[in-house]
Amino acid sequence: MLAFGPGLAAWGLVTGVAMTQSGLGVGLSLLMTFTAYAGSAQLASLPLIASGAPIWVIWASAFCVNLRFVIFSSQWRVHLGHLPRGRRVLLGYLLADLNLVMFQKNWKGEGHQVGQARYAAGGAAAVWIVWQSTSVAGILLSSLVPLEWGLGFAGTLSMLGIAYSLLSDRTAWVAAIVSAAAAVAAFSLPLKLNILVAIAAAVVATLVMAQAGKAAEAMRPRH
Amino acid sequence: MDGSTLPGWAVTALTILGLGVVTLVSRNVFLWSRRELHFPERLQRALQMAPLAAIVAITAPEIFLAHGHLVESWRDARLLSAAVATAFYAWRPGVLGPLLAGLAVYLPLRLAWGW
Repeated sequence: MLAFGPGLAAWGLVTGVAMTQSGLGVGLSLLMTFTAYAGSAQLASLPLIASGAPIWVIWASAFCVNLRFVIFSSQWRVHLGHLPRGRRVLLGYLLADLNLVMFQKNWKGEGHQVGQARYAAGGAAAVWIVWQSTSVAGILLSSLVPLEWGLGFAGTLSMLGIAYSLLSDRTAWVAAIVSAAAAVAAFSLPLKLNILVAIAAAVVATLVMAQAGKAAEAMRPRH
Repeated sequence: MDGSTLPGWAVTALTILGLGVVTLVSRNVFLWSRRELHFPERLQRALQMAPLAAIVAITAPEIFLAHGHLVESWRDARLLSAAVATAFYAWRPGVLGPLLAGLAVYLPLRLAWGW
C-alpha cells in the first residue's frame, strides 16, 4: 500500500523547501505544514503571503484550490457517515487525495462496510507521517536540497502510475481522457481551477455514458 | 481586527492558522452534518470518478505543458520520461517500477543534457 511513498516523499520535500525559500522562516513553515496540511493550497498561498496580499484573499484562494476536497468529502460521507461527528471531522481533516484513491481501490463495494473507518484512519496516518517527515526535512535542510534536479517530477511520475492502476474499465478510461484534456485546455485559469473543471467534465462524461448505456439497454430486444 | 497594529510575523501566523481552518472546512463540507445525506445514486456513482479525474488533472499539465504552453518538441525530458514510465507500466504494472524507470531517463536528460 505504501507504493506511493517515494512520490509523496518527493512532493513533501519540495513543498518544505518552497516554504522556507519563499521567506516564511523555519518557525512559520513548521506551523504551516502542521496546520494547513494541503500541499497544493500551501504552494498557492506562498506567493500571496510573500507579496502581502489581504488575508481574506489568501484564504479564499486556498479554498478554491481545495475545492476538489469538497467533492471528495461526499465520497467519504458514504463510508464514514456512521462515525460520531468528532471522529468524522478529525478523519476528514486528515484525508487527502491519495487516501481516497487507495481507499477506493481496496473497497470496491458500494456503501458502508465493516473495517472501512479503520482502513481510512490507517491510510491517513501513513500519508501524514510520510508527508510531514519529508516536509520538515525540506524546511530544515532547504539549502541542501538540489531543486535543480526537478524532484517534483518524481511526484508526477508516481501519480502517473497510480492513475494507470485506476483505469479498470471503459468508463474510467473515458473519464481520465476527458479530465486530462480539460485540465490542459483550462490550464490558464487561476487558482488551479483547471483541476475542478477537469473533475466536473469527467463526472459529467461518466453521467452521460451511464445514461447512454441505459438507453442502449432499453432498446435491446427482450427474450 | 486591524492587521496593521500586529507585527508582521503574527499576521502571517494568523493567516497560516486560517489556512488550517480552510483545509478543515473544505475536507468536511459533506461530513459535518448530523442529518442523513442522500445523493442520487447515479450522481454518487459518477462522483466515484472524481479522485481519478483529480489525479489525472494534476498530472497531465505537468507532462504536456511547459510554461503554460503545449510542449512543442519531443526532445523534452518530462515527455520522454513519462513515455518510458508508461511503457514500463504496460510491461510491469505498479507505481514504484514506472517511477524509477521514468527517473532513470529524466535525471540524465535534465542534468547531463540540460533538457
